[in-house]
Amino acid sequence: MATIRMTYRDAVRAALREALQENPRVFLMGEDVGRYGGAFACSKGLLAEFGPERIRDTPLSESTFVGAGIGAALGGMRPIVEVMTCNFSLLALDQVVNNAAILRHMSGGQFSVPLVVRMATGAGRRVAAQHSNSFECWYAHVPGITVLAPATAQDARFMLGAALHEPDPVFIFEHMMLYAAEGEVDETGPPPDLRKAAVRRVGTDVSLITYGGSLPKTLQATEHLAKQNIEAEVIDLRCLRPLDTETILASVAKTHRAVIVDEGWRTGSLAAEVSARIMEGAFYDLDAAVARVCSAEVPIPYAGHLEDAALPRVDGIVGAVQEMMGRHG
Amino acid sequence: MATLTSETPTTAAPQHALALLRQMLLIRRFEEKAAELYSAGKIQGFLHLYIGEEAVAVGAMQALSQDDNIVSIYREHGHALARGMPAGAVMAEMYGKANGCSRGRGGSMHLFDARRRFYGGWAIVGGALPLAVGLALADKLQRRAGITACFFGDGAVAEGEFHEALNLAALWKLPVLFLCENNLYAMGTHLSRHQAQVDIARKAAAYGLPGEAVDGMDVRAVEAATRQATDRVRRGEGPMLLEARTYRFRAHSMYDAELYRSKEEVEQWKKRDPIALCTARLRQQELLTDKDMAGMEADVAAEVAAAVAFAEAGPWEPAADLLKNVHTPGGK
Repeated sequence: MATIRMTYRDAVRAALREALQENPRVFLMGEDVGRYGGAFACSKGLLAEFGPERIRDTPLSESTFVGAGIGAALGGMRPIVEVMTCNFSLLALDQVVNNAAILRHMSGGQFSVPLVVRMATGAGRRVAAQHSNSFECWYAHVPGITVLAPATAQDARFMLGAALHEPDPVFIFEHMMLYAAEGEVDETGPPPDLRKAAVRRVGTDVSLITYGGSLPKTLQATEHLAKQNIEAEVIDLRCLRPLDTETILASVAKTHRAVIVDEGWRTGSLAAEVSARIMEGAFYDLDAAVARVCSAEVPIPYAGHLEDAALPRVDGIVGAVQEMMGRHG
Repeated sequence: MATLTSETPTTAAPQHALALLRQMLLIRRFEEKAAELYSAGKIQGFLHLYIGEEAVAVGAMQALSQDDNIVSIYREHGHALARGMPAGAVMAEMYGKANGCSRGRGGSMHLFDARRRFYGGWAIVGGALPLAVGLALADKLQRRAGITACFFGDGAVAEGEFHEALNLAALWKLPVLFLCENNLYAMGTHLSRHQAQVDIARKAAAYGLPGEAVDGMDVRAVEAATRQATDRVRRGEGPMLLEARTYRFRAHSMYDAELYRSKEEVEQWKKRDPIALCTARLRQQELLTDKDMAGMEADVAAEVAAAVAFAEAGPWEPAADLLKNVHTPGGK
């Protein structure tokens, strides 16, 4: 397996480039995707390569350019819409929930919406409460759409292409702290199975279930735990809707313990949903109550030490596992 | 901004004029029957009747071809019928039957017909304007000739998406006809109570596109104005806003106390009933006799009766199929 080392950002750019090269109906639109090169530089150079008809800078009109993406998809195009961050995506949430997600069903199956929307999510950049939210959970609530959270350079490189083969709307959440992270990318592998969770580390003592920007923290935590002879299994959900319940339950059946790490707020979180599924499907396999490591129930503060305190941290994950193992190990 | 009236010359031939009248009459009688069926419990939920506004849908639709896209709102029975959707499929949809145009999943507010490029039937006010922009973008990018006509009401003008969509369509010179059906009330709020600038057509200027207003009670004026507008849009000169000034004779939905307007105001507008105006003109031109009118009424009544029979005979979709069409078959 020949792999190339690249940043998550370069992987996203390579995926965009490939999609634009492969299908003339693909185009990219969003705020500052053209001349600026993308707020996170994911589309840098694409305007020069593909021209303004296919790399379209939009006004700051989230609702309308997401809605125009729906319309363009209906009209036979294969739009990729970039919403700068999920914080701004709330301005377009009506288009997602009331238009994109329901059109197929509400029209009695007459119209599909082959739309892909990408957006950055998450905290950690000291950009305060209005730029640090994790709203993927809100999207994962909605029937009719698929919600992806690539956590590795490999997934950043190939999930987009696979999403563009889906007949219905797909929302891709890219954690902003991952863009600069480097990873190995295998350019020769098969296309990814979008709906399958990945076991990122095999273990026997506890299942750490996570996704997106929390994956690196969770993997770091496993190194600390290994020194204490706790072998944690790490499940990267990858797809937040639909959830791969099978992989989660298989892991819990083996380890008998589960800690869910989710940067969303705890109340009504994806972690709550995963926890409920474990109760429903693996209650009698459990040796301990499911634990959650989530963001504190507070708007994300600006000051660095407070922001760190609000988010899931490596020591918090380690602590949650230790507490669980101390009680029941 | 010019206001187009019935004095604007049209080339409508007698047969065409009679066809317009028949379409308006079909909508009127269809809606009256729907109201009756609502009271009988056959139709449920919301039911927004188009009575009083028939000239807008019928006039505008004359200027739109089968290659054009139609995006509409929740008061869209008239648009659907004027587009040529079978009255039976529309009525069956209102019944919630599986032979309805949206298989009973949409109801009165969500009529769809892919074959006729009728893209709904949308009930979040202003929410479909961006879809129209996107459909037009797809046509432009694929070098197709079609244009997109987007119907919406005066209430939508207060939504941000109206302003965003006009701006984006103008910025990208997209072939969209924004067609505002100004019936003066956003549900129960008069235009003057929600807009600082009540001249809707003038708002287009802010985004660099032309805006025109037309007498929405005069079907031939609406047709002429829409033809002028679509000619411009088809030439690739970008979008246009056309405001049709009209009035709904019935409640917002099936029942409301109409506390927000006077009976006198409604009666005043009824003097400009689009069907009566059209009929009077045709009689004056000696193109319509009592016998013709009786024949047309009988013909329309038969079509409405057949639509009801189609809806009555339609099957209910099995509840076991509940989750069907949430995703596209063949998708994963």
